[in-house]
Amino acid sequence: MGLLSDPQCRRALARLVLRLNTPLCVLSYMLGLGWFLALAFPPLAPRTYMSENAMGSTMVEEKFPLGERALAYGRHFAGHKRKAGGMPVAWLEQTLWLLGLEAHRQPFARTLPFPDESRERFMVRGTNVYGILRAPRAASTEALVLSAPCSDGHLNNQAVGLLLALAAYFRSQIYWAKDIIFLVTEHDLLGMEAWLEGYHDVNLTDMRSAGPLGRAGAIQAAISLELSSDVVTSFDVAVEGLNGQLPNLDLLNLFTAFCQKNGLLCTIQGKLQRSDWDSLAAYAHSLQTLLLMVLAQASGQPSGDHGLFLRYRIEALTLRGINSFRQYKYDMATVGKTLEGMFRKLNNLLERLHQSYFFYLLPSLSRFVSIGLYMPALGFLLLVLLLRISLWGCPTLTPWCCSDPHGALLTPQVSPQEPRPGLLVLVPPVLICHAAGVALYLLPVLGQRVATQHFPVAEAEAVVLTLIAIYVAGMALPHSTHRVLSGAGSARSWQVLKLLALLELSLLLGSLALLNFSLGFVLALTMVPAAAAVHPGGPKVLLVALLVLATPAVTLLLGILMQRELLEVPAGLAEGWQLFLSALAQGLLQHHLYGSFLCPVLALGLYPAWLLLWNVLFWK
Amino acid sequence: MAAPLALLLLAAVTVRAALFRSSLAAFIAERVEVASPLSAWKRVVEGLALLDLGVSPYSGAVFHETPLIIYLFHFLIEYAELVFMITDALTAVALYLAIQDFNKVVFKKQKLLIELDKYAPDVAELIQTPLEMHYIPLKVALFYLMNPYTVMSCVAKSTCAINNTVTAFFILATIKGSAFLSAVFLALATYQSLYPLTLFAPALLYLLQRQFIPVKPRSKSFWLFTLQYAALYLCSLVVIVCLSFFLLNSWDFIPAVYGFILSVPDLTPNVGLFWYFFAEMFEHFSLFFVCVFQINVFFYTVPLAIKLKEHPMFFMFVQIAVISIFKSYPTVGDVALYMAFLPVWSHLYRFLRNVFVLSCILVVCSVLFPVLWHLWIYAGSANSNFYYAITLAFNVGQILLVSDYFYAFLRREYYLTHGLHLTRPDGTEAVLVLK
Repeated sequence: MGLLSDPQCRRALARLVLRLNTPLCVLSYMLGLGWFLALAFPPLAPRTYMSENAMGSTMVEEKFPLGERALAYGRHFAGHKRKAGGMPVAWLEQTLWLLGLEAHRQPFARTLPFPDESRERFMVRGTNVYGILRAPRAASTEALVLSAPCSDGHLNNQAVGLLLALAAYFRSQIYWAKDIIFLVTEHDLLGMEAWLEGYHDVNLTDMRSAGPLGRAGAIQAAISLELSSDVVTSFDVAVEGLNGQLPNLDLLNLFTAFCQKNGLLCTIQGKLQRSDWDSLAAYAHSLQTLLLMVLAQASGQPSGDHGLFLRYRIEALTLRGINSFRQYKYDMATVGKTLEGMFRKLNNLLERLHQSYFFYLLPSLSRFVSIGLYMPALGFLLLVLLLRISLWGCPTLTPWCCSDPHGALLTPQVSPQEPRPGLLVLVPPVLICHAAGVALYLLPVLGQRVATQHFPVAEAEAVVLTLIAIYVAGMALPHSTHRVLSGAGSARSWQVLKLLALLELSLLLGSLALLNFSLGFVLALTMVPAAAAVHPGGPKVLLVALLVLATPAVTLLLGILMQRELLEVPAGLAEGWQLFLSALAQGLLQHHLYGSFLCPVLALGLYPAWLLLWNVLFWK
Repeated sequence: MAAPLALLLLAAVTVRAALFRSSLAAFIAERVEVASPLSAWKRVVEGLALLDLGVSPYSGAVFHETPLIIYLFHFLIEYAELVFMITDALTAVALYLAIQDFNKVVFKKQKLLIELDKYAPDVAELIQTPLEMHYIPLKVALFYLMNPYTVMSCVAKSTCAINNTVTAFFILATIKGSAFLSAVFLALATYQSLYPLTLFAPALLYLLQRQFIPVKPRSKSFWLFTLQYAALYLCSLVVIVCLSFFLLNSWDFIPAVYGFILSVPDLTPNVGLFWYFFAEMFEHFSLFFVCVFQINVFFYTVPLAIKLKEHPMFFMFVQIAVISIFKSYPTVGDVALYMAFLPVWSHLYRFLRNVFVLSCILVVCSVLFPVLWHLWIYAGSANSNFYYAITLAFNVGQILLVSDYFYAFLRREYYLTHGLHLTRPDGTEAVLVLK
């Protein structure tokens, strides 16, 4: 209470904050950035360790012998897939049935809000097939899932083959205490969404799926397998799920533990771990891995088929078999043994995976940065906004400094004759900015028919182009708001408007960082300097450039270019632009198909906040 | 002044009607911040279903509203949305009329004190002018109707809105000086949610002040009036309770409503302070701590009554705030009621120290409630501690806000009598510090 009620103490603090505001802001921003960069330094990040008792101490012996059979299943599957021109439903069902599993099928249909150009689909029909291995040692109260996608062309045949071979082998074992579901989905994430909605009997999206489903127990963990070659050199593990959700770190630890045991190479974000840590190159390597993870998480897109499980509180991973030019290759038996080991350990679980971390960043597979360690980086960035808020908010809105006889000294720029800035003046810009956000969110999908009738474009293009058009048109708003105001704004109104913008921005970034740290951090990194610096007087060109660079769309473009750079396949500007356009369409689709919140947050939250800042810049 | 109020009511009803039709209504109705176990609409529907089956509505241990409410909706279930919109509008109108009257009284009193030379000579800038006071009633109505908390509470059909209406009518009756109606509405409010019992003291003080009866334990007329008011209050309470008994023909509702409020058996998370403590606590301590927690609501009444004996309306405001912070199942609808009174104290503005920081805290907490709820319940990556931390911050923010207003009020009163420019004994300028 001392700080809140003692005027002496407050005065000292207020003087410090007001006098040293700009240096403190710069310092805080630098500290935030520096803190984040330091996270990749290996000694700072602790090693991963297994927290879950049931999976840590027990030993299992893997014996999976059916490597050849897996390849044979894979070839059969490929043949039947080619013959059926899609999912070989009948063959899969029969095979699962012959293996002694309960086989089920789930047809589903979904009409996309607009055609998906990159995957070339609009009205999707498909069927998921799955078999349930009933646990001999328990009632069907808990289950594990092994899934593989049935993709077009030659992809993932071996994954389905291995899945069937594992089903055959698991069927003959007696130690299972959890049901195991072997799932083959069609149309990648759409099929997965349909299956999860059907299994949990909810309807979150407009997915239509038919018939009652055969069920096992509550799903405890899921592993999604992608494998397109007969032998592999390494495994890449994908963790980021929908909206940047991550699985419990123990599941990842389990995978790394078995990879080490079987001598498999494994990578994350396509990056192999380096054995040394004390060189600059090693630091740059782990920074690259960390940045790739941050970008992937910030996109809010599931990085594999597992991404949708996480929403149902099911811990899940995608394992991707990679066949590169390395000399040493692993056959199906080794891969199968790894999976067998993982499933047996998961089978030992007594309760949900909850011991280890849910919020983490991975600079390498064996090191992690937990929430307590990475949050200060964002905290320092947000502190810049808070310092600016205290600078603008203190003299304009709280007259305590003026009413206290001594406090008056602190605010020489406020003369007592000047009336308080009317809040009514600010209503039109605030309303118009948010209306622009609503238009950005609703119009592209609603107006696609109108757009295709009047312009010679396809629907998907129409959606993306409308999106860009509204986004850019929003930047002309300062002129229209001034027309509404007709010169009613006093000189100080812009300070209150800026205060509002800063408050909204810090609130949004703060709550966003709780939901998806990477997204919050990336946006804070770009938007905070511009938001702190912008004001109507001052070098206009410089501020315009800074603010345009900070807009979420440019951040997205830069993020795409940076990701390609980090993956060592740099894209030129033209290619970057194409990727940007498809990312916009994908972002919208992800929102409508799976409920990812990136698109509404950007359109309804950050874009209006940015427009408010843009208004401040052009305040007259 | 009727036209702006009508316009405001129209706008408020439009917003509510639009929200009732949107997909947000179902989402809002499920929010724990808006619907408590006492006031959730789902539970009222459950109670109605039981009543229709000819069973006691309390037999399911789900329904905890009073019998009068269930009979009200027994007849009006078809028009529930309309009922909630009308109750909100009625609350706003009642508050509007009450504050209009209150302002007249304040102005008269101020004029009298100036004429009697009770104020220090240099306090002209602290005096409230009619120009400033003119829009206050409208602002009060605006603060109530357009407060997002009220809107959400109405859209969720939380019966808290009805309690607010009863309390607003009680305030109106008190300010109009009708002891009988005031007692009746106070009894109704008490019957609805028990805690308004503590509003007895400010109402009594206000009525006494209005009738120019000095608050002195020795004076006979003081005791006479107190007894009269208390008797009126108790009689109406007895009548209402008996009426409820005859409606249902059983006393089931006493333990199901008041026992439920006092013993706090339902630990569903809400914006209050109770749930987390009692979820964590060993069973055999819970009786003691229930008493400790419940006493908070009643504890502050006596010291506040002594300190604010000359200012019963401010006392009423503080007491309503205390109820909404410390009650066992608070919702944001309760918060909205005392927030509606903030414009009445806008003349304290220059003495408020932290109002900007505190309003930021309240807004931030309101946004973080659903975020952390999502992380805890749906994502599974956070836990109850995260949510409770925000609850705690929200309540600390509210407490600091109310105490800020309280200090500001006391400071203004001090300045009014001692002059704005205080000097120390040695002649230098002094700063008033409250510790």
